[in-house]
Amino acid sequence: MSVAEIKGLTVDQIKVGDELPPLTQPVTATTVVLGALAARDWRPMHHDKDFAVNRNGVKDIFINTPNNAAWFERYITDWAGPKGRLGRMKFKMSSSVFPGDEMAMSGKVDNIVTDDTGCCWLELSVAVSVDGKVSTSCQTRIAVPKDENDNPWARKGDDWKP
Amino acid sequence: MSEEIPEISPEVETLIGKPLYEEETEFDIEMGYVYNTMAAVQNGNPLYWDKAVAQELCGGQIAPPTMLSVWFRPHYWSPGFEGERTALQTHFDLKRMLELPEAIIAGNESIFGVPVRIGDKLKTHQVIKSISDVKNTKVGEGRFWVINVECVNQHGEHVGTDIYTCLGYRRPAK
Repeated sequence: MSVAEIKGLTVDQIKVGDELPPLTQPVTATTVVLGALAARDWRPMHHDKDFAVNRNGVKDIFINTPNNAAWFERYITDWAGPKGRLGRMKFKMSSSVFPGDEMAMSGKVDNIVTDDTGCCWLELSVAVSVDGKVSTSCQTRIAVPKDENDNPWARKGDDWKP
Repeated sequence: MSEEIPEISPEVETLIGKPLYEEETEFDIEMGYVYNTMAAVQNGNPLYWDKAVAQELCGGQIAPPTMLSVWFRPHYWSPGFEGERTALQTHFDLKRMLELPEAIIAGNESIFGVPVRIGDKLKTHQVIKSISDVKNTKVGEGRFWVINVECVNQHGEHVGTDIYTCLGYRRPAK
């Protein structure tokens, strides 16, 4: 496959206020454990229900922070395409996501800026909600191509200002 | 452990702002964990699944930026080590030194530098940026602290910084 064959957004196709397509994902114990182990997070509250309930005082094992980040990355680059390059992510965790929950991911474009190197940045608000209540919100900066010939991944040194 | 949460000791004060736990990744960055992460979140981004795409965009295979912290978590067990091994050791040190037995990560910010490439060896260190006064929260009484984890590759290039805001607390007596 070549990059030209892959769908992706350029900055001129995006405007402030655009919403990312919603994504829902049912969560099982396997979802939680797969995510924790992929992140090399061996802490028991992400695989041992007894520990989660009796030590952490929560109802079950829950999705860990790095896996939360991986879900956000997947959600954002599903929309932006593979040329989209994350620069910064800031998370606010309000509540945990447990087996039996359904994660609903949403997002919107808050701002579009071009920095002094010509890099085009989107500022996004994305969130994971369960039963209509935000469990984790994330403010993100992602670089997207100016046009089909631009490639944010080629930027380095002083040309990359995340 | 005393009933009152103690003042921040001089021993803890001296740790603030100092580079701590300078270490290297225990293994070279490898695709196996990238595939595990892609599978765990059903991420079909061809940048990580298709070598030709990775070559064209990045000059070779890379790891997703959000995997930065993954590379510094120690093996659950390895020869010569006893007991549980933990990442973000400074966080666990603060729990112990501040006498706050429970803790959660309350917030996390990541800044991504040059891409992490397959075969890279990364280095890291941790810095305590701040420790709060005692706060009352919905999970109990405790303190917030902020730890930066700075990461560079074998060429000394900045690959990223993870900034953790943590809450150490005591559960209310039942």
